[in-house]
Amino acid sequence: MKRLALALATGAAAALVLAGCSAPGSVSSSSGGTIKIAYQKFGNFTQMDTQMKDVAKQFEAQNKGVKVQLVPIQAAENDYYTKLALMNKAAATAPDVLYEDTFLIKADAEAGYLEPLDSYVAKWSDWKQFPDNARQAGQGDDGKIYGVSLGTDTRGLWYNKTLLQKAGIPVPWQPKTWADVLDAAKKIKAAEPGVIPLNVYSGKPQGEASTMQGFEMLLYGTADQLTDSDGKWVSGSKGFTDALQFVQTVYQDKLGPTPQQALDVNVGTEISGQWIPQGKLAIDLDGSWQSQNWISSGAAPWKDWETTMGWTAMPTQNGQAPGKVSMSGGWTLALGSKSKNKEAAWNFIKLALNKENSLKFDILDTQIPVRTDVASDPKYTSSNPTNAFFSSLVPVTHFRPATSDYPKVSNAIQVAMESVMTGQQSPQQAAKAYDDALKQAVGAKNVVTK
Amino acid sequence: MATALPTTALQKSTRGRGPGNPRPRRHPLRTAGRTVPLLPATILLAVFLVGPVIASFYGSFTNSALTGAAAQQTHFVGFDNYAQLFRTPDFFKSVLLTVIFLIGSAVIGQNGLGLGLALLMERASRVMRGVVGTFVVTSWVLPEIVAAFAAYAFFHSDGTLNEILGLAGIPGPNWLYSLPMLAVILANIWRGTAFSMLVYSAALSDVPDDVQESAEMDGAGGGKRLVFITLPLIRRSISTNLMLTTLQTLSVFTLIFVMTGGGPGTDSSTLPILAYQQAFKFSQLGLGTAIATILLVVGAVFSVIYLRALKPEVD
Repeated sequence: MKRLALALATGAAAALVLAGCSAPGSVSSSSGGTIKIAYQKFGNFTQMDTQMKDVAKQFEAQNKGVKVQLVPIQAAENDYYTKLALMNKAAATAPDVLYEDTFLIKADAEAGYLEPLDSYVAKWSDWKQFPDNARQAGQGDDGKIYGVSLGTDTRGLWYNKTLLQKAGIPVPWQPKTWADVLDAAKKIKAAEPGVIPLNVYSGKPQGEASTMQGFEMLLYGTADQLTDSDGKWVSGSKGFTDALQFVQTVYQDKLGPTPQQALDVNVGTEISGQWIPQGKLAIDLDGSWQSQNWISSGAAPWKDWETTMGWTAMPTQNGQAPGKVSMSGGWTLALGSKSKNKEAAWNFIKLALNKENSLKFDILDTQIPVRTDVASDPKYTSSNPTNAFFSSLVPVTHFRPATSDYPKVSNAIQVAMESVMTGQQSPQQAAKAYDDALKQAVGAKNVVTK
Repeated sequence: MATALPTTALQKSTRGRGPGNPRPRRHPLRTAGRTVPLLPATILLAVFLVGPVIASFYGSFTNSALTGAAAQQTHFVGFDNYAQLFRTPDFFKSVLLTVIFLIGSAVIGQNGLGLGLALLMERASRVMRGVVGTFVVTSWVLPEIVAAFAAYAFFHSDGTLNEILGLAGIPGPNWLYSLPMLAVILANIWRGTAFSMLVYSAALSDVPDDVQESAEMDGAGGGKRLVFITLPLIRRSISTNLMLTTLQTLSVFTLIFVMTGGGPGTDSSTLPILAYQQAFKFSQLGLGTAIATILLVVGAVFSVIYLRALKPEVD
């Protein structure tokens, strides 16, 4: 009996030791006077870090006794989502305030990570500054608000005026159809060997950039989209094949980078940091934030960018109305459902998104403001010559069908792009493979065939 | 072997106690009592080694996810994850690539080259042994991420290898793009050979010289001596080493992820890369753990093959 007791005691001691391992986590959780703010800080993206440090200082000055604990997560985009989800899984690590991508809001709301904000925003006088489409960006599938938009972005064509002029293309350049874009690329190829005429992101290594800056900018300029008006995923559409055809033309007719260059994980950094400033790339289908790399506080400051570069909208396929196309994403601040100090966390969100701080962040991060008072502020419009243009694309912009299945669909699109750019498949074959992958990703009952 | 052990133990102890005083049978309670000190270690092993395996195994039968509704209400889905895997052509491609990677880099590459180096170094001069040993072991002691970047820089289209080939007038291919499996296999051989070499060097030093000499007297040449004397004598080391390198190679992730990211397309997506993609890119933890379980099965199959083929327990 004595031994049995001893055995039990040993077991109990071991259990205590093990329990002790997990104890520190629960102590450091946000009880009482601390709120935890989780956001991304990675590579060239340090703007959010700067902004949050600034807001935290303001917050602590205004709210004596409440401490702000900043948790900058050092990870690339995909890994940031993973790390955030893992933090959210346990109450001990779940942050109070999250920097949350609009395209994950629906999935994370469904997962129960986010607190509905409807009762909070109802009492917030600034909420009327947020137009409807900005509010929708933070909406869950149940119609509740789960995130407040920090800013958005649009996409269009960046072009090097000098290189276009050398090829005999008049500037300002205003292509009206896809054919105009390809024609310009062909002229540049003929006139200037050694210059890459046109970049369209493509393939798996570029991840979401391929899907959104590349494929969706094409697809949403056709008569088709990824989903129909009922939210069902579309398979077998002509627009899908046409968009792949465009990608094939760019890569197989050597109007773009070589597939090898385009499939290098680092091509995005090379484009903004080297190819464009060094005049090696003539036209780039890319995001409104490109110039944040070239301004004096950017990662690759470039004095002459304002005079060298031009920017114009991506045209629709045949110039059909509205004539131009854009895709938008954007990030929000959200409130963690496991937060033990929701009132303080909400106050932090309010402070971070007030007019002054929004303005500061939108300028710093070359975001397109969603608050109407910031968008019309002369300080914003004069801070960067591209601001007015990219803001003007907001009326024609599209949002991704941001359901929890979207990442899988996005991957299937990247696979299709990669197989046409490398010549492994024809656009028709790749579209067929996409249709199969789509059914597998979202379930056959959620797919309609055109 | 298991049945032989108690008798020898008994013989030894009787010898110690002297004749006429046979030791009584052990009291069962005392035996139980003596295992008590092992309890903490057993619990720790169970919690930290067996626990995760069971958790992963169980997870593979659930729809556990990082986000979405399934993250909140995880439930049991039976064999759904496995059924989904077996419907995906990418999965079979991954299994095949994993086996190619395993046989190419671990079984043939690391073991073959490791044994070759060990044999050569046995005859080499002390200086030569030092120099070669240092070079080989250096690549092994590098942290995996550093080794992976070094290999990336070496095989990159503008990398060291193509620069060297260029000097010789040979235009090198874009290794990571057109020959991704070859590149990661070579990189893994480079990184892992040292381990096999060390194991085989130790094993070879245990091969008695007199056996070798008498075989030589009987007219056996180098090749024959290797096949009929040396290899059978170090059979146990071979099987242990094959097993260790196999399990190590099966779990290689960083090297491939850094060099090719599993691409182009899925042309170098071995099972760990596929599991990572499903679990963390598409948030399907359940599916990811199902792939991990299959990885375990692949490892077990290879281990059984080695045990059967080399019979390490037979003298």
